[in-house]
Amino acid sequence: MNASDTAAALASDVPAALEGAAFSAYLAAQERKSLLRFLTCGSVDDGKSTLIGRLLYDTKLIFEDHLTTLARDSRKHGTTGEEVDLALLLDGLEAEREQGITIDVAYRFFTTERRKFIVADTPGHEQYTRNMATGASTSDLAVLLVDARHGLATQTRRHSFIVSLLGIRHVVLAINKIDLIGFDAARFRAIEAEYAAFARGFGFSSLIAVPISARYGDNVTGRSDRTPWYEGPTLLEHLETIEVEESRAGRPFRMPVQWVNRPNLDFRGFSGTIASGTVRPGDTLVVTKSGKSSTVARIVTYDGDLAAASAGDAVTLTLADEIDVSRGDLLSAATARPDVADQFAAHVIWMGEEPLYPGRSYLLKCASRTVTASVTELKHKIDVNTFETLAAKELRLNEVAVCNLALSEPIAFDAYRDNRETGGFILIDRFTNATVAAGMIAFGLRRAANVHWQALDVGKEAHARQKGQKPAVLWFTGLSGSGKSTIANIVEKKLHALGRHTFILDGDNVRHGLNRDLGFTEADRVENIRRVGEVARLFVDAGLIVLVSFISPFKAERRMARERLADGEFIEIHVDTPIEECERRDVKGLYAKARQGKLKNFTGIDSPYEPPEAPEIHLSTTGRAAEDMADEIIASLRERGFIG
Amino acid sequence: MSIDRQSHLRRLEAESIRIIREVAAEFSNPVMLYSIGKDSSVMLHLAMKAFYPSKPPFPLLHIDTTWKFREMIRFRDETAARLGLDLIVHTNREGVAQGLTPFTHGASTYTHVMKTEALKAALTAHGFDAAFGGARRDEEKSRAKERVFSFRTATHAWDPKNQRPELWQLFNARVNKGESIRAFPLSNWTELDIWQYILAQRIPIVPLYFAAPRPVVERNGMLVMVDDDRLPLKSGEVPEIRRVRFRTLGCYPLTAAMESDATTLEEIVREMLIARTSERQGRLIDHDEAGSMEKKKREGYF
Ligand SMILES: Nc1nc2c(ncn2[C@@H]2O[C@H](COP(=O)(O)OP(=O)(O)O)[C@@H](O)[C@H]2O)c(=O)[nH]1
Repeated sequence: MNASDTAAALASDVPAALEGAAFSAYLAAQERKSLLRFLTCGSVDDGKSTLIGRLLYDTKLIFEDHLTTLARDSRKHGTTGEEVDLALLLDGLEAEREQGITIDVAYRFFTTERRKFIVADTPGHEQYTRNMATGASTSDLAVLLVDARHGLATQTRRHSFIVSLLGIRHVVLAINKIDLIGFDAARFRAIEAEYAAFARGFGFSSLIAVPISARYGDNVTGRSDRTPWYEGPTLLEHLETIEVEESRAGRPFRMPVQWVNRPNLDFRGFSGTIASGTVRPGDTLVVTKSGKSSTVARIVTYDGDLAAASAGDAVTLTLADEIDVSRGDLLSAATARPDVADQFAAHVIWMGEEPLYPGRSYLLKCASRTVTASVTELKHKIDVNTFETLAAKELRLNEVAVCNLALSEPIAFDAYRDNRETGGFILIDRFTNATVAAGMIAFGLRRAANVHWQALDVGKEAHARQKGQKPAVLWFTGLSGSGKSTIANIVEKKLHALGRHTFILDGDNVRHGLNRDLGFTEADRVENIRRVGEVARLFVDAGLIVLVSFISPFKAERRMARERLADGEFIEIHVDTPIEECERRDVKGLYAKARQGKLKNFTGIDSPYEPPEAPEIHLSTTGRAAEDMADEIIASLRERGFIG
Repeated sequence: MSIDRQSHLRRLEAESIRIIREVAAEFSNPVMLYSIGKDSSVMLHLAMKAFYPSKPPFPLLHIDTTWKFREMIRFRDETAARLGLDLIVHTNREGVAQGLTPFTHGASTYTHVMKTEALKAALTAHGFDAAFGGARRDEEKSRAKERVFSFRTATHAWDPKNQRPELWQLFNARVNKGESIRAFPLSNWTELDIWQYILAQRIPIVPLYFAAPRPVVERNGMLVMVDDDRLPLKSGEVPEIRRVRFRTLGCYPLTAAMESDATTLEEIVREMLIARTSERQGRLIDHDEAGSMEKKKREGYF
């Protein structure tokens, strides 16, 4: 059956003619259809919308009233004059329709006799790497559009790169607008050859080129008699028949535990979707992180127990032994275990409006597990057009880089190329909750596995006991000139007089030595505070009361410093002086310089200050003496049990 | 009829179950919007599967405008009782007290107050941080870009420009206090998938989906069922008995019936395959301008 017959079969003719048993058989056949998810990408105006519109139209999913609406919209916005503009079927949101560009990923559906299709329609606009990556992450195949008149474009290279980065193994090069080059076989062959040469490096497992006219339908769903020289399949035939399931079922078993199923004391099951492999009762599985193992007792589903389940199935497993398993754990084949580490190297696509700064902490979600993580090293950026590697200190929206990440605790994972489900992750901003990055794990860093903490004989407790005190960090934050150092100095004197062991970290003794290599860009400020936080923590381990006096303008870094310490050890003190007052004082003449533009990235002038929301101590300095405020801090420390 | 393990329906089912479990695991107070229609029936069936042998760990919420078909209400109560689930029914009492009806205030004001506002009030009152909805991406253009986890502000607003990218099946479930997520487990199902699944799984649905002789009047080319004596008849309108069924269900004065002889699921699916009009035509409310659904969504409609 050829493609246009297929389309017709779905609409009126065939089912209407079928009766009784024949119709039941027809329905049964429908239920054996497989599913293909693919994405389409191309530059603006290559005809992507027209192509998808064509596929939907030809497969008759578009019912009559959609067509009525379509006729009405075409008159208002269409670019094709009197003809129906197929592209208008697609644009969803009002704003985009007005701008005339597609700016987000949309999902479309159509179905034929053989397959159901889910199309991720991703925009070809310059800045939208983010959308393409999103669409590609759930797709098994990519249709890359090129305009036959222009041949390969910069975008074609970029799209190929992202497609390959996200692990898509099957590519169709749709050479569109073949009508506009007079159905020229030579031109088609030239583009096909150029692309094949270019794509060799990506090692796609299938790649074909099809000459099409999205607008007139040639070789989309039906074979064109205007390209007699073309012998390959139509686009739809190819999509209907290509095998993409690279037998995930044959890989080692992995199932992230999503939910612990405990209806009563007699049943304890672990619910999840199998990421790869096959499982049968009696199989030995390990909880990768703890290394504990047990055998599968039952594979429970609402439709009855199964004798086997494999990749893609949503099931509930029960185990023969009572071992500790919770959400976030990865159940794996005992014979082929995933990696476990708290550091790994990964490709990261940045999707946040604010750049990525190494050292800042984010939430990382990988399969069903969420931990905190930070990028310890931005190894290099990759130019998505030229594939050149570039040094970088930060990563901006739509940029791609290779990074090392460190996590708050070890997780179980596979390399992304081996398993998309257990090797892909997202990063979430801890304040805005936005999804700011997509990551693909390359490999675990052995360093993490080998550097074991030295078991110290004389520990934190011992250090503190000898000094007869409870260690803490007093973290002074506030604008330049707010009075942080003045107050911190008085507090230290008072503590010293009380026989406490203290130490001050401030810009002067840190910026000139330890952090000599750092400037004042956002990235450097993040790193500056990270190091100070680390040093403060070591001093706390040494039993000291540490006074940190740094502008520390960003919430995220202060939070990171706080989280490195035990509960109650971090005392945030907001020295709150209005900027007008700081500027009036201008002890070091810095505000004046900043105003004249001689000093860049000055907090409060051209760099933001994020005040603490709930500091342990808040000092409104206006009209108060430093001595008085220092006493308030001492009183508070007494209350908190740091001084007797 | 059993479903082939590799089939598209099995894939869709597994994907939905995964979404439903993820919401239950990530949120502290989820709820499932239950509209009694076929999509809700499928969603509920999937929830029963997702947690088996446990019950779904969340209640159902129905926004009752007081104008639903009587058969829907009966079916709703029977279903909750049969499955042993908690059912919360919320009605905008203020709207009722003000005498708001689809006739006095026009379909869109009525829908806004009795559905959208009522839903927001119910979600706020119970402090739900996630709500499942049965919407599908194939229903309408603006839905095609909807996320599976759709973020809503503390005022339940939907900002199409400010949605989180969704990669793989890794859903970002982080919300601040007051904010919430609408989760759509049926995102990737089409109407045809829904019917085929109902058929294959023999899922109970409201009898209104099957053709039967029912009293109707014809208005603007639409058949409106006279479900009770509250429907104001225009002069010259006399209810007549016709064999009709419904493709979608909502408030009876706003839901158009279609003439049909389909009395079994097989016949419904067959009609579906030869359908000449898409399902939303049966909802008078969507017959405004293109883009009307997007406006409603921004305001917090499902
Ligand atoms: N002649 C011709 N025009 C086409 C073809 N495909 C698309 N177009 C036209 O190219 C323009 C851009 O198409 P559109 O689908 O909006 O491009 P998109 O930006 O990639 O979605 C429209 O005016 C289409 O009608 C084709 O195969 N042949």
